[in-house]
Amino acid sequence: MFKYSFQWNQALKALPQMLDGALVTMQIALLSMAIGLVVAIILTLFRLSGSRLLRGFAVAWVEIARNTPALFQIYMAHFGLGSFGIHLSPFTSLLAGIAFNNAGYLAENFRGALKAIPDTQARAGRSLGMTSLQAFRLIVVPQMLRIAFLPITNQMVWAILMTSLGVTVGMNTDLAGVTQALNARTFRTFEFFALAAVIYYLIAKVVTLAARLIASRLFRY
Amino acid sequence: MFDTSLSWGDIVFLAQGAGMTLAVTAVSVIAGTILGIFCGVIRVQLGPYWSIPLTFVLDIFRSVPLLIQLVLANAFQSIAKLGWPPFTTSCVVLSLYTAAYCTEIVRGGIDAVPLTTRRAGRSLGLSWWQDMRFIVAPLATRVSLPSWIGLTLGVMKDSALVLWLGLIELLRASQILVTRLQEPLFILLICGAIYFLISFPIARLGGYLEKRWSPND
Repeated sequence: MFKYSFQWNQALKALPQMLDGALVTMQIALLSMAIGLVVAIILTLFRLSGSRLLRGFAVAWVEIARNTPALFQIYMAHFGLGSFGIHLSPFTSLLAGIAFNNAGYLAENFRGALKAIPDTQARAGRSLGMTSLQAFRLIVVPQMLRIAFLPITNQMVWAILMTSLGVTVGMNTDLAGVTQALNARTFRTFEFFALAAVIYYLIAKVVTLAARLIASRLFRY
Repeated sequence: MFDTSLSWGDIVFLAQGAGMTLAVTAVSVIAGTILGIFCGVIRVQLGPYWSIPLTFVLDIFRSVPLLIQLVLANAFQSIAKLGWPPFTTSCVVLSLYTAAYCTEIVRGGIDAVPLTTRRAGRSLGLSWWQDMRFIVAPLATRVSLPSWIGLTLGVMKDSALVLWLGLIELLRASQILVTRLQEPLFILLICGAIYFLISFPIARLGGYLEKRWSPND
């Protein structure tokens, strides 16, 4: 059917290299998710605060993150910040771009989750003598994370898929970057990228499964 | 910062890029939605067990990064000597990607129609097709439209990735201008503003519809 001889051996020989790349991918995804969660919680706090400035800042962040492409956000971190004399490495700009994106989407999820938590709970905490920050941290945030658990895992899968965009800013250590480097050397595009696709698929499935297991343990009650 | 060598021609160039983004999005969303409705109805009709193969295939499109899918499809079309231009390849990949998400949305919409309502229709003598057309379609659209709008916007944003195949869409156009004029921040800001202007009003409309059409109002 095809006048093309597939060279799967070459791709399989490069498998260890690609698995190393997959580790870097996981590392970026997890880091960006951790940063994104923290920033999203801060943004949620800003949204609840009385200050107009802080609320505007949080709304602007969420809307920009949700209404522009992730690739644009990574470009902004990589090329745009250069105008301020900040030159980020591909790793840092990829991380910054994805973390920015994650924070925006997660903050929006948290806003939805927050609606499900009655005001009275935070007020009860306040009347027990907590400061408003304590009530937020000890009463609201744990419930918020629990309600938003499914969207958070979805976002985690998204973050893994988004790491592949790093190759467009010259990243060459993550899975997509390693694959592209191998491809540039051998021109076996289909074989290498098919293998990369399988690895990405497996990572995504493992993360989804792990999340389901964690959820079944966390939400027993 | 405000003196720029951006000329009128460059703005037209950016607008052409935006036109390309919109063209790719429109073709992919239309084709993907038709395919998605088709697959979604099949999924519901077959039930969760018999539709496992279909679900599995569609799940692949959602679990593999779009960039990898695009590269793979492009490599495949050159191996198979299909001779597709980048535009066709991009549209095919994005359509399948859209269809994979649209299937889930359609399935959710159909599942949201109470079975009793459909049975009532059938016992009044409606055929399966009439039941689908006069009872399921209006009710399911109500549930699905907000998420479908979200999907359309997602595809519009993800269409930026087709630059990897050499298609000059909005982001690629601004990248070319950045290389030529060396004003990355200014040009990227314009590019981001264009994306935002396309996306934000439609996102707001989606949010409004979601609030307006929520099931228990």
